[in-house]
Amino acid sequence: MSKFTVNGKAQDFTGDPETPLLWYLRDVVGMTGTKFGCGRALCGACTVHLDGTAVRSCQVQVGDIDGQAVVTIEGLSPDGNHPVQKAWRDLNVAQCGYCQVGQIMQAASLLKDTPKPTDQQILDAMSGNLCRCGTYPRIRAAIKRASGAA
Amino acid sequence: MTRTPEITNVARRSVLLGLAAGSFVLSVRLSSPAQAQEKKFGGEGMPGGIKDDPKLFLSIADDGTVTLLCIRAEMGQGIRTGFQTVIADELGADLGRVKVLQAPGNQTKFGNMDTDGSRSMRHHFMPLRRIAAATRQMLAEEAAAKWGVPVTEVKADNHGMVHGPSNRRLEFGALAKGAAARPVPPADKLVLKPVSEFRYIGKDVPLIDNMDITTGKAAFGIDARVDGMAYAVVARPPVFGGKVKSFDAAKTMKVPGVLKVITIDPPTPPVVFQPLGGVAVIAENTFAAIKGRSQLEIQWDDGPNASYDSVQYRKTLEEAASKPGQVVRNNGDVDKALAGAAKRLTAEYYVPHLAQSPMEPPSATARVTPEGCEVWVSIQNAEAIRTDLSKRFNVPIDKVTVNNLLLGGGFGRKSKPDFASEAAICSHAMGGRPVKLTFTREDDLQHSFFHTVSVERVEAGVDANGKAVAWLHRTVAPTIGALFVPGANHEMPLELAMGAVDNPFDIPNFRVENPEASAHTRVGWFRSVSNIPHAFAIQSFAAELAASLGKDPKDYLLELIGPARLIDASAMSDAWLYGEDPKRYPFDTGRLRAVVERAASEAGWGRKLPAGRGLGIAAHRSFVSYTAVVTEVAVGPKGEITIPRVDIAFDCGAVVSPDRVRSQLEGACVQGVSLAMLGEISFKNGRTVQTNFDGYELTRIDGAPTEIRTHLVNTTAFDKPLGGVGEPGVPPVAPALANAIFAASGKRIRSLPIRDQLAGKV
Repeated sequence: MSKFTVNGKAQDFTGDPETPLLWYLRDVVGMTGTKFGCGRALCGACTVHLDGTAVRSCQVQVGDIDGQAVVTIEGLSPDGNHPVQKAWRDLNVAQCGYCQVGQIMQAASLLKDTPKPTDQQILDAMSGNLCRCGTYPRIRAAIKRASGAA
Repeated sequence: MTRTPEITNVARRSVLLGLAAGSFVLSVRLSSPAQAQEKKFGGEGMPGGIKDDPKLFLSIADDGTVTLLCIRAEMGQGIRTGFQTVIADELGADLGRVKVLQAPGNQTKFGNMDTDGSRSMRHHFMPLRRIAAATRQMLAEEAAAKWGVPVTEVKADNHGMVHGPSNRRLEFGALAKGAAARPVPPADKLVLKPVSEFRYIGKDVPLIDNMDITTGKAAFGIDARVDGMAYAVVARPPVFGGKVKSFDAAKTMKVPGVLKVITIDPPTPPVVFQPLGGVAVIAENTFAAIKGRSQLEIQWDDGPNASYDSVQYRKTLEEAASKPGQVVRNNGDVDKALAGAAKRLTAEYYVPHLAQSPMEPPSATARVTPEGCEVWVSIQNAEAIRTDLSKRFNVPIDKVTVNNLLLGGGFGRKSKPDFASEAAICSHAMGGRPVKLTFTREDDLQHSFFHTVSVERVEAGVDANGKAVAWLHRTVAPTIGALFVPGANHEMPLELAMGAVDNPFDIPNFRVENPEASAHTRVGWFRSVSNIPHAFAIQSFAAELAASLGKDPKDYLLELIGPARLIDASAMSDAWLYGEDPKRYPFDTGRLRAVVERAASEAGWGRKLPAGRGLGIAAHRSFVSYTAVVTEVAVGPKGEITIPRVDIAFDCGAVVSPDRVRSQLEGACVQGVSLAMLGEISFKNGRTVQTNFDGYELTRIDGAPTEIRTHLVNTTAFDKPLGGVGEPGVPPVAPALANAIFAASGKRIRSLPIRDQLAGKV
């Protein structure tokens, strides 16, 4: 059995300990904000925060996170007004929107650790998150905006 | 959680609300017999045609909330915002009080819903305006009757009706019920708002789904949750045309959570959009299904395509391109002109298979019972699911309900309903228990409907002054048509008319040939389709010609396009023209020239650049819109390529949502760079070599152009027919990049992807 929290709520999991956190969230808990993209940490769509660090939830086994705290897009901010979320809306970043939850979780993690990232730091932090619609120029601009740099 | 059914139930109820109340008197708009016999174009020419009855699409609640039923799939093009914008503006409503719900699939009731071909705003701008104008007039008549004043004195004003002379006002909500009981005004009595009074159309507005998307609440097809559902994945034949020889599921059945293993029959020709067959594993969650599938022991019969090999097949295409093929356009005498030319140049270009790979992989949830079928899905073409399930389970089409959620990208992949069919087959096998079927990324990349693979050979002859006098283009590529006609081995008219025949170059002797090419995998639509290889070849070759003559590539491109003129589709043997009326949509070379000039001037064409930098230009008309791209490239000492800037000029005619048009162009630049730099699906032993994003690489943020500048042209031409937006940005991107690389390094790229072709050569 594994005990951990998701957005502050206690979870007990007794199923297959190899179950990736991604599928636990989506299929067992029914929280679908976290997205499936590749299953191999190649696209970043499933990014969540584990004890404050951005991780790919498709690579985290539920059996391994006993005692840890998971934050998903649903719990990033109580009213959806995290500076990154606001910047995303201000610049109409999204096209289809599917990858954006992962992008936002990754960007929020970047800004927590590096409040004023350089252009290169933005590229380095965000290059694990794919967007097939090609919203990258606006993602860069939105991160700068959220950081207060633009 | 049962969020999804609630959403879809609201969607179905909404047509019964407000203006959709039963007391509506319908205006029936019959076509005259003469009209009925004419060939129909545009939206009217699509299956199911256009419906513009407000009763079908709009409701107004007592609190004034306007609800629009949206018949186009939202896949990132922003159509929900665009439709909201048009309705709010023409109705005189407050934008924020216009809600948009996705219509359940029903082509008979709602008209054509196939979200494909960059058609949504092009075909629906005027019908949406008619819907809103009719509703506005009914509200005005109701207000006029209540006040006892002439309707001509009543005007809409920000979600209410006002009577100026007596300074009275009634809100839409207070008028809705009475207005709904009034007859719908006939089309010829509708008065559309003057363009000068547009409040939202042509302005930037927030995305309607911004809050939901940024908070994870937005529900995509893969997010559907239906009470009691199971989860499935399918092991499909790794080779197209293969089938299961035998299998053993004993180990699979021991995986915790696995419920059932079933076989799915292989398709019978023509394959169209049928599932590929295989073995489905149904489980209590997706992970258990994936784990169970990994334990299957399957012997495959690989079938007739077992030797499909992209290296060999390229040689086959090149061989075909070296010989004459079926002539699909012929003007003048190309052979004679080539023989008499002062100079001849030939080049051959290659574009490999590509996969659409939307970030949301194909996924559908289905419930199939004897009473009917219900599907929750993200699909570009809901009617294709209804048709398939109706036949497959022998239920009337009215008993097949398709709830369309947001698409996490489509790019053509989700025009095909194979994944919904698989979900339905699984639900049927589970005795009606709902089943969510998910493609893993490996499934997506191995079982796509791939972009074609092509060799394009172009030869030109120029006279002593460098003017092109002969053009011979051989296009060789397996056709999408093979899905529908087994053995089809020529490009269809609609593929040829994506840039190959509808080439406006002002060259008197002009021939396009299409040698045979057989399909050995499923070939399907990919954003902008055959325009990609055709534009890559033609626009690269234009720059090659310029270079061989020592001329400026932009000047020579304009010389090839020739003077501003209108060209009828028939003069170019274009039998498709994107389904549009040739009279309304002549090829306007003036517009093509204008975007070339605009992109060039915005990019500072001709400016001095440091060593290792270069500008490239390309222009192309597709989906009846005109695009030109100037790309700036920097080539590093080891041949590494970066793209500091792209300028893209675009003329789709009048623009409803400038911000969404710009975002589509930005996305088209990134997707065009991605396919040019990295994109390749290749086959070996009939199987795709690439199985996930490590093999099938996509451009990431660090490989995208640093700056993309969009320049919109003719945005207020509301008196002219609209052009497409979603796709026409893509085709010129790859040749502009290749031309810039040539300018920067002297290396000519003729084969995509570019990858490390410059390594060690600079």
